[in-house]
Amino acid sequence: MPIHEKSLIRPENLIEQDELVIDGIDVSGHWSTFITSRAVTDYNEAMQDEIAGLPGGEFIHRCWQCGSCTNACTINALNNDFNPRYWIYLIRMGMEDELLIDKDIIWQCVSCNKCTYACPRDVNPEGVMKATAHWLELKGHTPKSPSMIFDEGFSEQVFKTGKIEDGLVLRQFFAATGQKLTQTWLVSMVLGLVRRMPLTMLTRLGLATFFRPRTRNWGAARAAIDEYVNEKQAENNRLLGLDKMEDGR
Amino acid sequence: MSKKHKEVAYYPGCALEGTAQSYDRSTKAIGKALGLPIKELDNWNCCGAMEVKNIDPKLQTYLSARNLSIAEDMGFDTVMAPCNGCYHNLKKAEYDLEHDESSREVTARLSNKAGHKTYKAGKVETIHALDWIKDSVGEEGIKEKVKGGLKGLKIANYYGCMYTRPRHIFPEKDQGPGSESTSKPHYMDDLLDAAGANSVEFPLKTACCGGAHTLSDSDTSTKLVLNILQAAEASGADVIATECPTCHTGLEMHQIRAEKMFGKKTKVKILYFTQLLGLAMGLSPRKVGVHENFSESLPMLREKGLG
Repeated sequence: MPIHEKSLIRPENLIEQDELVIDGIDVSGHWSTFITSRAVTDYNEAMQDEIAGLPGGEFIHRCWQCGSCTNACTINALNNDFNPRYWIYLIRMGMEDELLIDKDIIWQCVSCNKCTYACPRDVNPEGVMKATAHWLELKGHTPKSPSMIFDEGFSEQVFKTGKIEDGLVLRQFFAATGQKLTQTWLVSMVLGLVRRMPLTMLTRLGLATFFRPRTRNWGAARAAIDEYVNEKQAENNRLLGLDKMEDGR
Repeated sequence: MSKKHKEVAYYPGCALEGTAQSYDRSTKAIGKALGLPIKELDNWNCCGAMEVKNIDPKLQTYLSARNLSIAEDMGFDTVMAPCNGCYHNLKKAEYDLEHDESSREVTARLSNKAGHKTYKAGKVETIHALDWIKDSVGEEGIKEKVKGGLKGLKIANYYGCMYTRPRHIFPEKDQGPGSESTSKPHYMDDLLDAAGANSVEFPLKTACCGGAHTLSDSDTSTKLVLNILQAAEASGADVIATECPTCHTGLEMHQIRAEKMFGKKTKVKILYFTQLLGLAMGLSPRKVGVHENFSESLPMLREKGLG
């Protein structure tokens, strides 16, 4: 049975009896603090292989749990619950229910690669975070994260034209996530610039609408990329057993 | 003075055509002032930035490799990228194509279908704009060209994530005295100090600004940026010097956002290191695009006698 250190300290796993007498001795309150059973029976044995099969997750098996990744992690410094070492442990053990407790924050990895820099085993924890976030979405445990929506919109533009235009990326992302372009900070940022160079800005915005940057003769590259993306998607779906699910419906 | 790079291929990348026009402008301006010719890559494409790898890392390798093959076709053995993201991705493509068979396969397959030559590792070296200046003219060369200098301006040099991490894709770094360090980079400090600045001891040189999630997880990015801005101010800096358009725009954007959303105001200014070098060489603020930055630094520069 695994030693499952985090549940030892999770408050919801602590049981306290207000009134308890054992062998005539009153052990009420603090004296009777128990921890819920640590016996795990519902291991997800496919989880590690599935995550290892998604891009970035390939080297998860190398982890020996030193914790250098969590120690170096940018997001862990802001939020203790963001714990790459622990998630890698859960994935390798197949403890899906425990992993799902943190499902809504795993996508927040900012790809600073401090973990990859620190890792003595070349696990590529940054890639594992991306693969795990991807797995959670493909399995339907989480909706598409704002980050995934951004990445997809951005990549689509690159695949389509060979380049991106940052103004368009911003407008599309705000539209896709239902955010207004009139947020105070954004307005104040743009106004500062417009005050200093009104004509240049207006011309630039106007020109960008008509002459989007693009790579010439990109058609063949686009077709090649699209074909590869579709192939990979089908492969990932097969790996996660999602193709069978759809057939069965 | 070493003259390692004669003429280099120039890969501006998407950001330098968009929000970071001032970085493009100032890079070209100092190249001209230092007598370093550059030639823009013909019909380049996006390197994959920080987003495409989250769809599939091998697509990022292909996109970056296409640019390297263009440099090779144009007869260059060196491509210079001022953007940390572009620099990182081209370096990573080089590493993956040398070490990973399946990356080679995917790149060959996509290149063939797209109808261009497949790039093979070892043909073109990718350098950052910092390497370009440091290796070609160095501190001595900067000192010769300085007109007026930076007058002891206190600068916190901010390098960000992608210039040094992960270490294995930068084999030329951490090679002892003189080489760049991945844990405590110093090229920007060296060059700006040679131009008369006073680089402060800044502990967050390679901290993360949250650039990858600057829009998709804005509150996190704002907290990370605020950390950097406050640490720079605590270090006594008037200016944060940047060498990455994502960091630069992120610092500018979240400086405003921190004030508007969290009521945390910081005064430190944000300028590209190329802008600062240009000013030190007597170029006007307009020539190096100071007016194109979101962060308004002209009044501060004038006050210090640099406008």
